[in-house]
This record gives sequence, structure tokens and C-alpha cells, in this order.
Amino acid sequence: MALLTLVRDLLQTPAVATALWIGSIVAVVSGCAGVFTVVRGQSFAGHALGDVGSTGAAAAYLTAVQPLYGFLGIGLLGGLAIDRLGNRARERDVATGIVLSLTMGLSALLLFLITEQTSATGGPLSILFGSIFTVAPAVTLPVELFSLLALGLLAVLYRPLVFASLSPETARARGVRVGLVGTLFMVALVIAVEESSLVAGALLSTALLIGPAAAAVNWTRQIGHTLALSAFLGVAAVVLGIVLSYESYFWPPLHRGWPVSFFIVMLVLVEYIASRLWRRRREATA
Amino acid sequence: MKGLELPRADQTILDLEGVRVELGGKVVLRDIDVALRRGELVGVIGPNGAGKSTLLKVILGFIRPSAGAVRFAQGQRAGRGAIGYVPQSFSPDPDLPLRARDLVALGIDGDRWGFSLGGARRRAAVDEALAWVDALSYAEQPVGRLSGGELQRLLVAQALIAEPDTLLLDEPLANLDLRSQDEIVGLVGRVAHERGVTVMLVTHDMNPILGVMDRLLYLAGGRAALGTPDEVVRAEVLGALYGHHVDVLRVHGRILVVGAAEVESLTCEA
Ligand SMILES: Nc1ncnc2c1ncn2[C@@H]1O[C@H](COP(=O)(O)OP(=O)(O)OP(=O)(O)O)[C@@H](O)[C@H]1O
Ligand SMILES: [Mg+2]
Repeated sequence: MALLTLVRDLLQTPAVATALWIGSIVAVVSGCAGVFTVVRGQSFAGHALGDVGSTGAAAAYLTAVQPLYGFLGIGLLGGLAIDRLGNRARERDVATGIVLSLTMGLSALLLFLITEQTSATGGPLSILFGSIFTVAPAVTLPVELFSLLALGLLAVLYRPLVFASLSPETARARGVRVGLVGTLFMVALVIAVEESSLVAGALLSTALLIGPAAAAVNWTRQIGHTLALSAFLGVAAVVLGIVLSYESYFWPPLHRGWPVSFFIVMLVLVEYIASRLWRRRREATA
Repeated sequence: MKGLELPRADQTILDLEGVRVELGGKVVLRDIDVALRRGELVGVIGPNGAGKSTLLKVILGFIRPSAGAVRFAQGQRAGRGAIGYVPQSFSPDPDLPLRARDLVALGIDGDRWGFSLGGARRRAAVDEALAWVDALSYAEQPVGRLSGGELQRLLVAQALIAEPDTLLLDEPLANLDLRSQDEIVGLVGRVAHERGVTVMLVTHDMNPILGVMDRLLYLAGGRAALGTPDEVVRAEVLGALYGHHVDVLRVHGRILVVGAAEVESLTCEA
């Protein structure tokens, strides 16, 4: 109850209200895409896309473009490159590694230029660790639209995606266009990762993508339930993380407010550990 | 289920003409001329690496032959769901949040976009398919926690529920105990002979399928011979496949092919 009153108070502050809304949408998209990422064994690609996108965000920062478009633009290029270069799981990891190192090299250069040019560390910091409180109201609409696109893609892909993730060969024999399904899923994954990079930072977007999904996988045995629970766990971590971050302004010793990414990641970790413990108990009693 | 059409044994439904397959610079299959008839059950046998799995993948269209052609008969449904396939190996992630019944249900409409709405009829169809392979007892279990034989039976159910015209089974008996072998063989035999589905079944042991097998496809040295077991398992025929002299010995009711790189044991006759 105290939490609810607190959230209601927070909603009075426009910046926080925006953060809660965008954070929740992004958590739902990441939570759903994350389940398929885990099931398909694409966690490495999912993580890499965050770093890849940061190159675009850095370039966007330098050219005064909205970072969301930088994240999405380069993320999409990287994601499609990973998808084209690698067909099988191992090839895909190699392809991911190549795309990752290429863009990280660029990223290092761009971040260096930003600090040189502006003598500010705020840009690189917000790219790497997220900027949920400073997300301009201008990105609310694009985030909503892209999220809708990603969720729509996942809904349309649902059956063939489950089939192709489970067993590509029988899916293909049954008439599933496994390659097309994989590419379209990559688009949804890119949107999920780049949006959560904007919220939680490029380095921590993996936490939102993989954490709630991996926890939900431990708690459920039907993929529909897994998706719902994963989205819920993601939203819970983001909302609670934002609340705690806001509260931490009043905490000693600094009284400056702790980064929201820290809280989100810690909460996701708690969710995951809880799911592991729950699963271990169930298996012990089963 | 499809209406009960009597199989016309002479009707060719699938024709492989001069098929040659090269993988990684190596000739895996050469001069494969094989015509399969509607509603027959063909046992596929041959040593490891002979190209049995490759042959099935050529028919599925996964591998393109470097020469020759795979032709389906006129009027034969091509594409989606026309061929049921059970691959040689399948090991889903242990944590996969998917139940045995979900895996079978994908055979109904797993290729369609969007969600399926479920419903009682769908559930009954899945239950029926699970019953065919005696899998009802583990219908609600997560697939990642099932044994190899349990999974194989589910894959057979998944392939059959799509009502295919052709069924390609890559060593479906390999992980099964004797009772399950008999059940799957009986089921597949009925599917072939009562519903007119053409079945190719890869196995290393002819014994379990002798009762239902119409013809035998023997693969060795990249070549194939097709006929009744008596026509195929002869020193001249197999010698031509292996490309050198082999002996076919019948010892204590077992048929042994000697002179191949290793001794192939085909069957023990009851
Ligand atoms: N992608 C590939 N690239 C190169 N060679 C391949 C490839 N796939 C299969 N081969 C080779 O083709 C040959 C036939 O393989 P295949 O899997 O069809 O044999 P098989 O008869 O099914 O054997 P088994 O009884 O062991 O299942 C083998 O020598 C294998 O090494
Ligand atoms: Mg094989």
C-alpha cells in the first residue's frame, strides 16, 4: 500500500511518469523477445546487439540526432548482418563476435571524440548506463510505435517461431520458412534490445532481455505462461527500480540518487535467483 | 483422418532419377534411380555414412542434388505438410517450457502465422495422436525432460497428425525398447497399408520391420539397390554397391555381409 501511494506521488512528476511508462513498455517487449532469445540460444547475439547499438547512439550523440534512432539504426544493421552470416548456432556466435568487435572499435573512437569535443562525460555515460530519467518526451511516441511493431511481429511469428526454435528440421519439413522466421525475429529482437539500451544502458540491456525471461523459464512449463510471466517480471523490476532510484535521493551518504540501472539489474538478479531456488526445491520434492 | 483409400501398389508417387549428391567435395550419393510406390513401406539400410540421412534430406528438398532430379507424381500434394519427417537426432534444451502435447500440436498447424486458439477438437486430435504412440502418460511433461525414446514417439505423432502423403523416418527405432519398437512398427505399417502413405524407414536392424516391410533399399558406397530382401541381399547385388567382392553369409539365423569395411549384421531370422 505504501508502495502504491509512493507510485501515485511519483506519477505527479512528469519526468518520472514518462520514465515509468516507457520503462514498462520496454520491459514488456524485452520480456517477450527475451523468452525466444533464451529458448533459441541467442543470448550472446542479444547481448552483443546492445553494444553494437551503442555505436549508433554515440554517432547520433555527435550529430545531435535522437540516440534512439542511433541505437535502432546500427542495431538493425548489426542484427541483419549476424542473421545473414550465421545459420547454425556456432556460426552465429562467430558472426556475432565479428560484428561486435567491428562496431566496438568504432564505438571506442566515437566515444573518444565525444569526450574530446564536448569535454563532457554525460553522453558516454548515458549511452552505456541508460538515461531513463532524461528520455525526452519526444521519444515516447516512437518507443510506443516500435514496441507495438515488435510485439506485433512476435504475435504473428508465434507458432512458426516456436516450431523453428524447437526443431528447425521438422519445422522446415512441415512448411515453416525457417530462414524468414529467424530474420523477422531478429528485427523484433533488435527493437527490444535497443529500446532497453535506451532505458537501462547499452551495457545492461542484457539484464532486461535475458533476466526476466530466464527466471520465467524456470517457473513455467508452457511457453504462453512463460511470456506473460517474463513480461510481468520485467515490468516489476523496472517500476521498482525507478521507485528505488528516486527514493535514493534521500539516502546517505551522497544524497544524490543512485543510478536506476543498478536497481533494475539487482532486482532482475533477485528474480532469477528466486526462480532457481524455487526450481531446485520443486525438483528435490518431485 | 483421411478417408480409407485402398493403396494402389503400382502407382509411383516419388521418382529419383540419376540423383547425385556431393557434400564438402565428397560424392555421398551417385546414380540413385529409385521409384517409390503409393502406400508401400520401404526399409532403408546400410552402413554408417552410406548416405541414408542424406537421401531423406534430398527427398525433403533440404539438399539439392548436383545431378539428377527428384520428381513427385502428378497430383501429389507438394510442399506444406506433404512429407512427414522424423529426424535422426533431436535433443531439445532441458529447460524448454513446452509440453509433450505442445510439440505434437505443432504438427497440426505449426506453419501458420499467429496464435492457435486451442479448443476441444484440437485437444482431442492431439490426444488421439498421443494415443497412437502410447504417449498419453507423459503428455503434460516438459519435452526437455523426456527420454530419447519418448521424444522419438512424440515426433512420430507430430509427423502423423499432419496427415502426410509420405513419411520419412530416420532411425525411429534406434532408442526404443522392444515393445515400443513393435508398437511404432505396427502403427507405421497400418499408416502405409491402410491409409496409403508411402513410408521410408531407416534402420540398422531389419528384424523389427520384416513383418511390414514391402521393399528394402540398401545403400552402400553411395549407390542404392531396391527390391525385396531376397532380391537385394545377394552377393552380386551388394558387391556392385560396395564396388568390391562381398560375401553374404547366413550364420545361426543372422545375415552377415562380410568383406565390407566392417561386417554388417542385417537381421536374425526368427
Ligand atoms: N554437410 C556435410 N558436409 C560434408 N559431408 C557430409 C555432410 N553431411 C554428411 N556428410 C557425409 O555424407 C556421408 C553420408 O552421411 P549420412 O548422414 O547421410 O549417413 P547415414 O547413412 O545416415 O549414416 P548413419 O548410419 O551414421 O546415420 C557421410 O560420410 C558424411 O560424412
Ligand atoms: Mg543417418
